[in-house]
Amino acid sequence: MLFKNTFVGGIHPPEEKEFTEKLGIEEATLPKQVVIPLHQCTGFPYRSLVAKGDLVKVGQKIGDSDSAISAPVHTGISGKVVAVEPRLTFMGRMVESVVIDSDGKQDVSDSVKPHPVIEKISIQEIVEAVKNAGIVGLGGAVFPTHIKLSPPKEKRIDNLIVNGAECEPYLTCDYRLMLDDIFNLAYGIDIARKVLGVSKAYIGIEDNKPVAIDYLRKKLNRVEVRALKTKYPQGGEKQLIKTILNREVPSGGLPMDVGVMVLNVATCAQIAKTLKTGMPMIDRVVTVTGKYLRNPANLRVKIGTLYRDLIEECGGVDGTIRKVLCGGPMMGVAVPSLDIPVHKGTSGIVVFTQKEIDEMERDRYEEVCVRCGRCTEVCPVYLNPSLLADYAEKGDWEMCKKLNAMDCIECGACSFVCGSRRDIVQLIKLAKDNIRKHVK
Amino acid sequence: MSNEKLLVGPAPHFRAKEDSEGMMRDVIIALLPALFLSIYFFGILAAIVVIVAVVSSLVFEYIMLRARKKTATKTDYYSAALTGLLLAFCITSATPFWAVIVGSAVAIVIAKHFFGGLGFNIFNPALVGRAFLLASYPVMMTTWFKPMDAITGPTPLNLIKEQGISTALSPLFFGNVGGSIGETSALALIIGGLYLLYRKAIDFRIPVSYFGTVIIFSHIFGVDPLFHLLAGGLMLGAIYMATDPVTSPVSRPGGWFFGAGCGLITMVIRLWGGYPEGVCYSILLMNAVVPLLDRYLPGTRFGAKRRLSLKK
Ligand code: SF4
Ligand code: SF4
Repeated sequence: MLFKNTFVGGIHPPEEKEFTEKLGIEEATLPKQVVIPLHQCTGFPYRSLVAKGDLVKVGQKIGDSDSAISAPVHTGISGKVVAVEPRLTFMGRMVESVVIDSDGKQDVSDSVKPHPVIEKISIQEIVEAVKNAGIVGLGGAVFPTHIKLSPPKEKRIDNLIVNGAECEPYLTCDYRLMLDDIFNLAYGIDIARKVLGVSKAYIGIEDNKPVAIDYLRKKLNRVEVRALKTKYPQGGEKQLIKTILNREVPSGGLPMDVGVMVLNVATCAQIAKTLKTGMPMIDRVVTVTGKYLRNPANLRVKIGTLYRDLIEECGGVDGTIRKVLCGGPMMGVAVPSLDIPVHKGTSGIVVFTQKEIDEMERDRYEEVCVRCGRCTEVCPVYLNPSLLADYAEKGDWEMCKKLNAMDCIECGACSFVCGSRRDIVQLIKLAKDNIRKHVK
Repeated sequence: MSNEKLLVGPAPHFRAKEDSEGMMRDVIIALLPALFLSIYFFGILAAIVVIVAVVSSLVFEYIMLRARKKTATKTDYYSAALTGLLLAFCITSATPFWAVIVGSAVAIVIAKHFFGGLGFNIFNPALVGRAFLLASYPVMMTTWFKPMDAITGPTPLNLIKEQGISTALSPLFFGNVGGSIGETSALALIIGGLYLLYRKAIDFRIPVSYFGTVIIFSHIFGVDPLFHLLAGGLMLGAIYMATDPVTSPVSRPGGWFFGAGCGLITMVIRLWGGYPEGVCYSILLMNAVVPLLDRYLPGTRFGAKRRLSLKK
């Protein structure tokens, strides 16, 4: 292979992981109130199973849907439902949410019962348990995991890849999980292997995390640990598969089309935890970080905790908060307010102050494309982002489709390198939306 | 900590430090060694031609931006200065000032702004300026000064074409030969080129395929490849002109094709054409096919090899 342990294209953004990489995962303080949105995964919204005034216990299911592509939500705190109403979420949309005041007791619901151990449980039961626990892809894609775990019969899966690349700058939640929660990770991988009937499992980690690579090599004996070249977007599913197995997911296809299943490390650990204890997905690890945040941390946070509480718990910032990201700086979303809740896909909360934004924005205006071709150089799926952006600006969706806009993985590498600071990926996302709507 | 005004904006929230403005600046920096050497060889006259070309290009850029009611950016001016510099580099130090100014006007006003300004021009402005001067005032434009001397003399390419006299390689390499202001010293141009590659300011595919084609072609037709690499404007053209971002392909496979096409046309003109030198016209001709290259040579699509990839 010409390009060993990497893929073609990609970029090297600043890593900025030093704020939190040495900090073990800590339990966040129990929030006084949580706001749990009733739409947290790819698929349809749920209906509420509780009403104002109801008393709820930890692990109780509070929202569900009859749709196949959906995963239920549960509460992570015990207390009283004070409202079921639309609340602001990270994308800036109002979403029907259940608001719960904590009673501080953390009584566990009767529905939480451990499942049989791996030797005694059937594949059917595992998938069912994963479904009931509301587990979704925790890398940010929030696709319901039980659907991933039940691929159609005709697709033969022969490889499992566990994604520990964590190529987004700032984020360290997956890294810490690999170091701090190895037993759940190992058990989760075994379960996934059993469900999919595969013998070969890989775990891919970028080589800027040598400690994790060494540690997992020592501890996980039935999994091949692959050190990958540190390059964004190494953690993209298609790039990961290309790097580890040299297979290319066909355009428009899924990893299962080339016989591969990719699961995030946190998803694996969550599967293990749920099977061992019966506790559904009520919390996740979130990296709360930023250069001027006083005490950055990797926190285990109850779903529904407000950003404001977490930033306060991390000591607040030196300066004025000006931009807060849900996720990392490459693909994350700038949230409209601090009063929004952590959802299942919140891998990180990155805080920027006025000072940092001023530094970043100085002399930073959009200019015309000088056709330098840097964007084509870095695009990991070999598109011509510059040309796509031109056609998207003109609203020529037909042409965008012909130029394979739908293959774009929205990694933002093109916008990152563009010397004229065009919002290329934004334009391509717009084109994709319009192609879905208008172009047959 | 309440009621803070949060900025929302599209991802990514990080941007690379290198910008278009810096890219243009890098090319100017890379041309400085060649500039100093040519002033050393051709004297104060060369310096004056360069200054006139750069200043007049900047003035025309300013006028055109005002006339078209465009907000001027630093990138616009860096790019105009670069055009002026490159124009001066590919004309002789004997060019009268008024002709230099006419050349800048053609480059900036016609070749650049009539096509829509920075980013939209199809042909390399500096080369259009030079081609115009050459076509309009052929005698004046082919009066070459000998280095370190106030007397005129032929260029190495003239010598070999008209009289079959070859020039030794070492003066060609260092620049101690007759020719346009900036093209004579291969050494200085290569040093600048390495800097540009290091800064990733140019696409390496273009000079590599340009040089490669010239070498292969020379071997096939039994002429000295080193002579052809070092003589005339080839170094200047391949490293600095053909790689102009605006007028070269965005598509990466297109870059290979573009450079190879330039090399081929250059050699055909040099060996059989009416002019001794073919770099300028080869690049202009290839500029014209860039839109086609971008459209039809976009490269492999990720995931296109679906059948192959399933096999172990
Ligand atoms: S076009 Fe899409 S896939 Fe390519 S670099 Fe841009 S965002 Fe990434
Ligand atoms: S990186 Fe920006 S300036 Fe360069 S070709 Fe792409 S869009 Fe144009």
